[in-house]
Amino acid sequence: MIEFSDQIFVLLKHWLVSFLPVAWQQPVGVILCAATIVCLYPALFAVAVWLERKGLGRMQNRLGPNRVGPFGLLQPIADGIKSLTKEDIVPLSADAAVHFLAPVLLVVTVFMGFAVLPMGRNMVLVDMDAGLLFYFAMGTSSELAVFMAGWSSRNKYSLLGAMRAVAQMISYEVPLLMSSVTVVMITGSLSLTKIVEAQNHFSYGLPHWYIFTPWGFAGFVMYAISTTAETNRSPFDLPEGESELVAGYHTEYSGFKFALFFLGEYVAMFSISGLGTTLFLGGWSAPFAFLTWVPSWIWFFSKLMLSIFVFIWMRGTLPRLRQDQLMNFAWKFVLPMCLVNLMVAAVWRFMGEGWQRWAVCSAILLLTYVGMGLGEMRKKHIGPRSYRYAE
Amino acid sequence: MLGEGILKGMAETARNFFGSYFSSKRMTTVEYPEQRIAPFEAARVFPFLVYDGADWEAGLRCVSCQICEKECPPKCIFIEKSKDKKPDALGRPQFYPTRFDIDISVCMSCQICVEVCPFEAIKMDTEFELSTDDRFGGLLLDRRELAKSNEYYHTIHSSEAAAVDARLDEEKSKAEAKAKSLAEAKAHIIAAAHAGEGA
Repeated sequence: MIEFSDQIFVLLKHWLVSFLPVAWQQPVGVILCAATIVCLYPALFAVAVWLERKGLGRMQNRLGPNRVGPFGLLQPIADGIKSLTKEDIVPLSADAAVHFLAPVLLVVTVFMGFAVLPMGRNMVLVDMDAGLLFYFAMGTSSELAVFMAGWSSRNKYSLLGAMRAVAQMISYEVPLLMSSVTVVMITGSLSLTKIVEAQNHFSYGLPHWYIFTPWGFAGFVMYAISTTAETNRSPFDLPEGESELVAGYHTEYSGFKFALFFLGEYVAMFSISGLGTTLFLGGWSAPFAFLTWVPSWIWFFSKLMLSIFVFIWMRGTLPRLRQDQLMNFAWKFVLPMCLVNLMVAAVWRFMGEGWQRWAVCSAILLLTYVGMGLGEMRKKHIGPRSYRYAE
Repeated sequence: MLGEGILKGMAETARNFFGSYFSSKRMTTVEYPEQRIAPFEAARVFPFLVYDGADWEAGLRCVSCQICEKECPPKCIFIEKSKDKKPDALGRPQFYPTRFDIDISVCMSCQICVEVCPFEAIKMDTEFELSTDDRFGGLLLDRRELAKSNEYYHTIHSSEAAAVDARLDEEKSKAEAKAKSLAEAKAHIIAAAHAGEGA
């Protein structure tokens, strides 16, 4: 029974394709899985938008949407209908072909990332040996889509937004990869299923997730920071800073093309949270040994939604950074921390079991963090502001 | 320590998030069309004209002096002065407005008209649900729409209205006393004159 509920989707797929001739079974199975992914994540997107609007409301001492359906649950549907019925405007001087292709490319590349994410035991579309590499290759191409959107719109705000987005995404791609590489160093594999398997065992009823190691924790924090920047979420939402750039690279998009950008942004958030879950939070493995009877896919999606909640929480808390702060933070703090973390992961790998490696690795990371923090803070003169008045 | 402020901020928003389910301090909004908060005493939206008594047209305090029209910064008031006079609250014959329009799409709620009015005839209203599907005619209020009773003024700004009433009563009694003393003096002079004639 436990086995059945855990594998319910896999068995369902096998049952469905068993009606077909053998030669067709493989391709139809893949199409079936892809269709499920393409339907599931937009549905999750609707839920996330509702959660975000309600959650942000609560954080700002208000209720959030509550007029459409019970608790405003039908709000995403209303929003969807609205964006579908809106006029689709292409600026006269825009490059129409590229303008059309940009949102499509964005959504396509974002969805490609899900191909290698294990969403449960045996629930992975393509079990690639270099899954992580494929994922990052796909994730990076979304930058191209963003730049296409900004460039083809022929609008200064769009272009500035796209420039910012590309600068930001490329800067944070480096720490993103660096923090993920530690996991590869310890696991010895680029395959995401193998990475999850390596974390899916327990001692004293507690799991061996990588976040519960010094290098894993530091790596996870750096990964979280980089993903926030990578998905253009607050406090790193400079590419669409309303106060400066109207809406950034999608200023000239309306109707369903805009909805596609919106969708792409959220689905990218899901996919990168899914990857973070896989790398550091044990993917689909249960958090305690006595909870292993709960189906693996429930664990994956609960961890995913928890990450989404943290994204929303950060958006409700932190104000937007300035461009120079953003760049300084990436190159002067996150990247050095990631490099130190790489070294720490190597130390961890070669010191062998025992408490010594815990002490050494934690000490190195903590000292670096505190030292770099002090260095950063010393340069800032935070204190009461002095004003100069005109005479 | 670096990141301390972020953690503090996150704790505060988390307190807001979970507190909003339990404490009214952390959930300050009300469901507007169904629930309403009583407007504050000092709330003001657009001006209205005060009238005394039951008949709005006869009781209008406005004497059409047109000071408010001249003082209005965005020039949203339009007044047409009457040719004839009619008695005001004190019984003195006064002009009255045959037209008094306020374009609330132009009005900026500065309250200057209220401050300059020597007759306590124009006051600020608290009515704010004025949306209309006719953006020209619907937002141009004439004197019928602007006229509101003194009782209504008492319900929206009670202490202010009481002070205004006290001032008007004082003026009225002063005027009466003056009229009385004037009449007495007149009577005295007449009596003296009669006495003189008699002698």
